[in-house]
Amino acid sequence: MIALLLRDLKLAFRAGGGFGLGLAFFLIVTVMVPFSVGPQSELLARIAPGVLWLGALLACLLSLDRLLALDWEDGSLDLLATAPLPLESTVTIKALAHWITTGLPLVMAAPVLGVLLNLPVQGFQWLVISLLLGTPALSVIGTFGAALTVGLKRGGLLMSLLVMPLYVPTLIFGSEVARRGAEGMAVQTPLLLLAGISAASIALLPFASAAVLRVNLR
Amino acid sequence: MTLTVTDLGVARGGIPVLEGVSFALAPGKALILRGSNGIGKTTLLRTVAGLQPPLKGRVDGAEDQIAYAAHSDGLKPTLTVAENLIFWASVFGRNGIEQALDGFDLQTLRDRQAGALSAGQKRRLGLSRMLVTGRPIWIMDEPTVSLDKTSVAMFANAVRAHLGQGGSALIATHIDLGLEAEVLDVGPYKAKPPEIDDFDGGFL
Repeated sequence: MIALLLRDLKLAFRAGGGFGLGLAFFLIVTVMVPFSVGPQSELLARIAPGVLWLGALLACLLSLDRLLALDWEDGSLDLLATAPLPLESTVTIKALAHWITTGLPLVMAAPVLGVLLNLPVQGFQWLVISLLLGTPALSVIGTFGAALTVGLKRGGLLMSLLVMPLYVPTLIFGSEVARRGAEGMAVQTPLLLLAGISAASIALLPFASAAVLRVNLR
Repeated sequence: MTLTVTDLGVARGGIPVLEGVSFALAPGKALILRGSNGIGKTTLLRTVAGLQPPLKGRVDGAEDQIAYAAHSDGLKPTLTVAENLIFWASVFGRNGIEQALDGFDLQTLRDRQAGALSAGQKRRLGLSRMLVTGRPIWIMDEPTVSLDKTSVAMFANAVRAHLGQGGSALIATHIDLGLEAEVLDVGPYKAKPPEIDDFDGGFL
């Protein structure tokens, strides 16, 4: 399992691996928003949590189509399916590798980009906490979408449409935590719901992903 | 462990291609599959490897015993030859890739990126993966594609050594590997078109 994780990380960091794609997209979105809505600092402060969360979600979505497609194309997925590793753990590791290369950099970049959007000071910690709790769910749900569409040429479009509704609860509660945090309100309720969604996704979705992957490998 | 296939029927894309295939593969033996293009050799091998369920019949003794080599080698172009092999070795819970590198004359290429190899060299790397798996039953689909004469001999030697250690091999190929192996022509097992026995069958 560790070998698979290390290989995926190594592949992501090498040339053409796609590491930084999501991060660059996130950067572009948040840098461009002040230009498009104009220099009204109180408006920016109000929309900052939502913009940051939406940017993170789209950045995550952007890198999903490579998650399993590359292994499918070069035949590694067939070989992994006949390896001693159960497919459930293969997809879990793949999701974890995706989170480390996409979700974690977003979490770390978010406070820096929050400054650009005039995010209130008390909002920073809740922004980071909400992203830290929410992005694993994005990776796990995304892996499920990638497993559903693996083997389809240009399956990215279909996958985005399939994954989008599943991302909505995470987005609602994640940005709600960040918004309430920025406005100095109590965050407990959305925070618990966000954590609950992530925990449930991580616990259940790998089984679903492995099941659809088995069907797709036929 | 003997691999037993009983009355196996396989389908590709929902259409039955082979039916009634039965054979047994004892340790130390090799079985060569032959048959024209599209007859269902790959489908049969994938079914035996457990990648797709059989239409009917059963496969015994394959679970956690097989190493499968498909048309594509599953190599990562940005990893070096040694890194690719080490990865597969550790997935199968083993270490030591030297034997595999020696067996397919890859020592001089070990630090080269797999993306920079020629087609034949890639194939050799793909085949050397079988040596690091440590699995007793090798299932191989056209293993000699893009290999030259020397490499084919190298491959035949590797299979012979594997059989000598009590392993077995199921190989779909068109060329003569010089192995002492049984040959199974899958042509006669071609699935017949399904019989339509409904009274309105003509409309279906």
